[in-house]
Amino acid sequence: MKQEIRLLAPCGILGYGYPKESFLNGMAMKPDAIVVDAGSTDAGPHKLGAGVAIVSRQACKKDLELMITEGAKAKIPVIVGSAGGSGGRVHVEWTMRIVREILTEHGLEAMRTAVIWGDIPKEVVAERLKEGKVTPLGNAVKPLTEERLAETNSIVAQMGHEPVVEALKAGYQLIICGRAYDPAPFAAVAIWQGLPAAYGYHAGKILECAALCAVPGTTKDCMLGTITQDGFRITPLSPSRKCTSLSVAAHTFYEKDHPYILHGPGTVLDLENCRFAEMGDGSVWVTGSRISSTDPYCIKLEGARRAAYRTFVIAGARDPLFIRSVEEIEKLAEEQVRAYYQEIPEEDYRIHFINYGINGVMGDLEPNRELPHEVGIVFEVLAKDQELADAVCATLRSTLLHYGYEGRKSTAGNLAFPFAPSDVSFGPVYEFSVYHLMEAADGCELFPIEDMTMAEGREDHEAV
Amino acid sequence: MKLYDAAKVIRSKNSGPFSITLDVLFDDPKRYEQVKRMGLITKKTVAGLYHIAEDAITQIVFFDAALGFKITFDRKISSGTCLDTDVYGAQQHIPLGELEI
Repeated sequence: MKQEIRLLAPCGILGYGYPKESFLNGMAMKPDAIVVDAGSTDAGPHKLGAGVAIVSRQACKKDLELMITEGAKAKIPVIVGSAGGSGGRVHVEWTMRIVREILTEHGLEAMRTAVIWGDIPKEVVAERLKEGKVTPLGNAVKPLTEERLAETNSIVAQMGHEPVVEALKAGYQLIICGRAYDPAPFAAVAIWQGLPAAYGYHAGKILECAALCAVPGTTKDCMLGTITQDGFRITPLSPSRKCTSLSVAAHTFYEKDHPYILHGPGTVLDLENCRFAEMGDGSVWVTGSRISSTDPYCIKLEGARRAAYRTFVIAGARDPLFIRSVEEIEKLAEEQVRAYYQEIPEEDYRIHFINYGINGVMGDLEPNRELPHEVGIVFEVLAKDQELADAVCATLRSTLLHYGYEGRKSTAGNLAFPFAPSDVSFGPVYEFSVYHLMEAADGCELFPIEDMTMAEGREDHEAV
Repeated sequence: MKLYDAAKVIRSKNSGPFSITLDVLFDDPKRYEQVKRMGLITKKTVAGLYHIAEDAITQIVFFDAALGFKITFDRKISSGTCLDTDVYGAQQHIPLGELEI
């Protein structure tokens, strides 16, 4: 059993980039693994629903290339969590095409490579839904009905450390995970080496954002985590950054619903009694993290369904009489459009105005009601199909442009369009239709490991 | 004094697609203690500032080790779907910042 391990975290999201010097500083400290998180639900349900990545192919390849080649040279595992951003099959396949290209270009086809899939078959969800083993994660989540499940494109679940530990035990050097709990791939290396899960997960929670907890903080620089039996140390790998006890303590606030209780697959991490000590070299030593297992073991499901199709217009207004009554004019324009399309059922489309400069960001919550000298207007039509969204939006645009409001002086047009054409046919809009906890037998049950090693004679991928 | 001026960090962000979380962090332990002791940061205050029901607020927690507190509440519209105007939830901190302390 090792007394300590070192984890190199290159950047906060694979494809965000990192300085080569910082990365090589990290490699000089002889890390036991290179681990990076590629995932986020921050950008909304579109990436999962439409099956697209959150970073460009070029950026992903650039970041992965150095990690894979240096990892191979040092003979240490390289692990990617939530491949392609959302971690669904298409996102993992997108990542694997880049991986194969890198392995081929560098003559590394023999590198033992595995994918851990994070997709959950809809039949499994439907079955457990009937058994009462699927519950919404919070009051704001709509209940999952059979109908909404059928409309959902694909479902992923966040894996914990367990399948990653299995892949490490099996000797894989390159492990590409589907959707994973962000800290889990980091924790897996610690647990594989017999070090405490609490320190693995807490360090992982910090390292998955790379240098974000340093001062100055960024997701685009590298960080080293040293995990021992008694605690862990977080060390910035660029001389221009340092960690403080406050910056590391405060990091667990970030994007979490609670500052020191963190729920993960099958675990709850409790950081209330942690101590954070500055080591004098820009690193911080953390002790006192605690973890407990949950019964039953639950995994978090994520799934997206298409909610509507959108067409929108960006415009500006400068006339003070128009600005003074803009919300009223918009209401009247909508009424005129609805009257024009009276043969179309009202619920087939929705019209939405966003008035930047007045309350575009905060809506009804905006405390400041002062009127500006100019207003940016975004108006959109959300409809059941693209053709209808396009048609209604075109009518809305011409109606608002020429609307003859009370006392108007600028009788040639109410709006300044920055672009021609003005109407943007956007495509589908998604929503998270599944954001639920589901009971699982254990951490490995639903996350199969598949051998993807490229070397000759391994064309048939066997599940292990 | 407004909370916005007293805090070192005051921010909002999604914590998952269905909730918004507000973080307020201080760099001065005295000021943090003062704000904590004033007892102003309650469900009632926050519900008033954000025009939401008190039971939509899922967390209000002070964390002494980080000199900060966190408030989490349910979104009315989930991130990135129809009628949302702040996909990352990153600009929802102003009503809290306007609070006089």
